[in-house]
Amino acid sequence: MRLPKILGAALALTVALALPGCGTGSSASSDTTKKNSAKSSQSSSSDGSVTRAKADLVIWADQKRADALQSIAKQYGKDNGIKVAVQTVATNLDTNFITADAAGNGPDVVVQGDDKIASFVQNGSIVPVQLSSKEKDALVPEYLKAVQDNGQTYGVPYAAEGLILYRNTKLAPDAPATFDDLISTGQQLVSEKKADRVLSLQVGDVGDPFHMQPLYSSFGGYLIGTGSDGKPDTSDIGVDKAGALKFAEKLSQLGEKGSKVFSRSVSSQNSISLFAQGKTPYLVSGSWARADIEKAGIDYAVSTIPGFQGEQQARPFMSVQAFFVAAHGKNKTLAEEFVNNVVPKQSTQEKLYDAEARPPALKSLLEKKAASDDVTKVLSQAAKIGVVRPKVPQLNAVWDPLGKAEAAIVGGADPDSTMSSAAKTIEDALK
Amino acid sequence: MKAVSPKEAQHPRLTLGRTTSVPELVVKIVFLGIVCGFAVSLIPVLIGLKSWTMLAVLCVSVACILIIYTTKRHVPAKYLFPGTFMLVLFVLIPVIYTVAISATNYGDGTRGTQEEAVASIVENSVERQENKPSYTMSVARGTDHGRLVLYLVDEKTGKIYRGTQQGLTPVSRADVTVSDGKVTAVGGQRVLNALEIDKQGDSLSRLSVPVNKDKGIYIHPSGISEAYTGQSRLIYDKAKDTITDRQTGTVYRPRKFGDRYYYADSAGRKVSEQSWLSNVGWDNYTRLFRDESVRGQLFSTFLWTLFFAIFSVFGTFLCGLLIALLFDEPRMAGRKFWRSLMVIPYAVPTFIGFLIWSTFFNKDFGIINQVLGVGIDWFGDPTLAKIAVCTANLWAGIPYMFLISTGALQSLPTDVVEAARIDGAGPFRLFFQIKMPLLLISVAPLLVSSFAFNFNNYNAIALMTKGGPFASSGEIFGGTDILISGIYRMAFGGSGAQFGLAAAVSVILFLITAVLGGIQFGISNKFEDIR
Repeated sequence: MRLPKILGAALALTVALALPGCGTGSSASSDTTKKNSAKSSQSSSSDGSVTRAKADLVIWADQKRADALQSIAKQYGKDNGIKVAVQTVATNLDTNFITADAAGNGPDVVVQGDDKIASFVQNGSIVPVQLSSKEKDALVPEYLKAVQDNGQTYGVPYAAEGLILYRNTKLAPDAPATFDDLISTGQQLVSEKKADRVLSLQVGDVGDPFHMQPLYSSFGGYLIGTGSDGKPDTSDIGVDKAGALKFAEKLSQLGEKGSKVFSRSVSSQNSISLFAQGKTPYLVSGSWARADIEKAGIDYAVSTIPGFQGEQQARPFMSVQAFFVAAHGKNKTLAEEFVNNVVPKQSTQEKLYDAEARPPALKSLLEKKAASDDVTKVLSQAAKIGVVRPKVPQLNAVWDPLGKAEAAIVGGADPDSTMSSAAKTIEDALK
Repeated sequence: MKAVSPKEAQHPRLTLGRTTSVPELVVKIVFLGIVCGFAVSLIPVLIGLKSWTMLAVLCVSVACILIIYTTKRHVPAKYLFPGTFMLVLFVLIPVIYTVAISATNYGDGTRGTQEEAVASIVENSVERQENKPSYTMSVARGTDHGRLVLYLVDEKTGKIYRGTQQGLTPVSRADVTVSDGKVTAVGGQRVLNALEIDKQGDSLSRLSVPVNKDKGIYIHPSGISEAYTGQSRLIYDKAKDTITDRQTGTVYRPRKFGDRYYYADSAGRKVSEQSWLSNVGWDNYTRLFRDESVRGQLFSTFLWTLFFAIFSVFGTFLCGLLIALLFDEPRMAGRKFWRSLMVIPYAVPTFIGFLIWSTFFNKDFGIINQVLGVGIDWFGDPTLAKIAVCTANLWAGIPYMFLISTGALQSLPTDVVEAARIDGAGPFRLFFQIKMPLLLISVAPLLVSSFAFNFNNYNAIALMTKGGPFASSGEIFGGTDILISGIYRMAFGGSGAQFGLAAAVSVILFLITAVLGGIQFGISNKFEDIR
C-alpha cells in the first residue's frame, strides 16, 4: 500500500506540534531560578479538584492561612532565590491533599490541624519532621505533644484552638463559676424577657460532638480509651460508659422536652449570630466567632467553659494547627527546610498571629500575646486543659454516630439506649 | 464544464472517502496532525507513569484513526468511528474501571503497594538521637562519577567530616572553606545552592551516612543545611516478609483484618495503620447485603428515592406546565415580564437555594413557622422532613419545567389546534386530547433525564437535611436519605474513603438506573405512535 500523502503531511505537523511541547517541559524549571516572586493562586472548585502550581516550593492551606502566609512565603523565596507558591484549597483540603500526594501531584507543604495526622500517616502522605531538642523546647509542650504520635513529631505547630465561653456583659456581667450558675442566670434573663435563649451552643440536626465535648468531659466522658502502650485502644469505646451516660442524662434534662437549654434548631449556621444579635447571654465557640461579635458591637468578655456543680472540669478539645512535609512532594528538601527552620521562627509565628489571633505555639510569643489580649489568654488556658483528639484514622466513625445520638437526646430520645446503640455502631466501625 | 465519460456515468464511483477540495484537505491534515501531536506528547508521560494499558489503548486508537481517515477504504467506519470512540472512551472505560475497582479494597490506607507501605513504615520509625551529634550540612558533587558528598560540621565540636554512602571521614580545615559554621567551598569548588540541592530529589534523601549499620544508626540529611543522627526502630526482612522492632524484638507479620492486611504481632497489635491495595473479590457486594438491618434500610431508602424522583419530576412538570399555560394565554397582560420573573429561581445557584430553604424550615427561627405561628419540628420527624425536602426541590425544579413547557407550547402546530377548535373542541378537550399528547412527544425524553437527575440528586439532600433525621438506633440511612446520599456517607463518612465499596455501590446504582431508564424510554416511545 502506498503511503498516502496526507499521512506524510500529518506526521510533519505532528512533529511541529510535539516538539515545542517537549521543549517547554525541560526549560521551564531552569529559568524560574532568577524570579524571586511569591505567587498566590486560587485553586478551588466545587468538585474540589486542585492542581499543583508551578513553583520551587508549593504550600497548600485554607483561605485564612493562605492569606497570612503570603508575605512569609515571599520572604523565604527572596532569601533562597526560589519561587514559592501558596495555594488556597477552600474545600476538603485534607482529602484533596491525600489524593494529590498519592498521585505525585501534591504540594510540598500542607497546613492542617492535628486531627488529620492519623489519616495522613495511614495514607503515607506525610513524613516526620526532625526538630532538635532546642527547637522543641521553644514550643509550648501541650501543642507539640498534639502533633506527636508513636514517638515521632509529624508537624511543626504554630497555633492552638479550643472552645471558650463568650458572654454578653450587659446581660451577664460576671463569669459563671459552674455550668449550673450559667443556666440559672440565663433562665432568669429569659424569664425577664431580656433574652430568647439561655445559651447558644450549636447542636444542629446531626449533632456536634466537638461543641458538646466540654460538657461531655465534665461528666468524665471520653471517646476512645488509651491502652497500656499509650496508643488509643479502639476496643475501649467511652460512649456508653458511666461518664457518657451521666452526661446523656443531663443533656436529656436540658433538651427540647426538658428545660430547653439545648435545641437542635441552634446550628452552625445561626449559633454565632444569635449571640451577635444579643438574643442570648452566652455563646460557646472558638476564636472564629470573635470577628462577627466585634463587628456587631456587642460588649463581651470571655472565660473558660465551667464544669457542672460537683463534677469535673470542662475540657474542650485542643486543636493544633501545624505545617506538614508531604511525603511525595517534588521539592521535599526545600519543604523540610521551610517547615523545620522557617515555621518555628518568632517572626513567622508573629505574622501568622497578626493575621488571625490564636495562641501561638512559641512559648515566648504566647506569653507576650496572652498578656496583651484577653481572648488569646483564655484560649490558651482552654488549650492547656484541652483534650487531644485520639490519633485514629477512622475518627469520623466516632463523630458521626456520637453526634447523631446527642442530637437525638436533645430532641427527647431515651439517653441510655441511644448512647449504647451509638457505642455499638462505633464499635462495629472500628473493628 | 468537463463532460462526464460514459463509463463513469454507468459506474458512479463512491467518492465519500476522497478528499476533494483544498479546505477539506487542510481540515483533514490539521485534525490528524492534532491527533498525532497529542498522542506523541502523551507517550512519554504514560511511559513515565508506567501506565502500559493506557499506552496500548492510545496507540491502538491512533492507529485506527490513521488507517480509517487516510485511506479511501472503510467508508462506513469513517462515520461510525467517532461515536464509537466516544462511547468507549467516556462510557465503557469508566464502567469497566469502576467494576475493576469494586473488586479491590482501594481506599484510605490502601492506596499504595505493599513495598510502598513497608518503606513508609520503616522510614517513619527513624528516631533522632539527641545524645548523638547534629551537623550543619553542605552538599557537593564528588569527583567519583559526580556522586553526592555531604560536608558536615559538628554543631558542638566544630569538627568537619566528609560523609558518603561508605561512611564518615574527618576532613582537615585546610581543604575546605568554612564560613558561619558551614562549609561553603571544597578545594576551591563551590558547594551546591538551595535550588541545586533540591533538584537532587530522592538521591539526596536516600543518601544516609552509616555510623553503625548493625544498630541502624545513620546520619540523615534534613532540609538543605542540616543533618542529624537517627536510628530506625524497625527493620524489614524481605526474605521472611517481617518487620522487627529493634528495641523490643517484637516481630510483625502481614495479617488480615477485615478486608485488608496489616503488619501485626501475634497478639494482633498493628505496627502501623498503613495497609496496601489487594483484591477482595465479591466482598464489597456481599458487605452491602450481608447485614439484615442494612438490607431492610436499603429497601426502604430505595422506595423513598423512587418516590422522591417521581414526585420531583411530575410535581415540577405539572406546576411548570400550568404556569406555562397561564402565560401562554394571549389575554394575560405583561406576559414577558412574568415569564422573566419566573426564571429567577433558576438563576439562583441551587446550593444557595437549598441552604436558604433549610433555614426557612428551622423550628425556632425559620420563617415558615414564624409566618404560620406554629412550632413544627420540620427536621425532627421523618415525614415532615421529607415534605420539606420535596417542597424545596419543587421550588428548584419548576422554572426548568416552565421553560421547556413554554418552548414546547409555542412550537405546537397551530393548524392542528385550529382544526380542533373548528371541529368544536372545548378548551379542556383541546388541551387533553390535542395539546398534551403533542407536548409529551418533545418533553418526554426530558422527563426521563430529569428523573435520572433527581434519582441521584445528592445536593438537595446533603444541603437540606444531610440525610436526617436519624433514628436513635444509629441507622446508616436517615429519614430523608436517598440512595446516593446514604451511600456517599457509607463510603466516605465513617472509616475514611472506601473507593472499593463506593465502586461496588455505583455498579448497583448504575444497573438500577439503567433498568428504570430502559422502562421509561419504552413508555416514551409510545408517544411517538401519536405521530
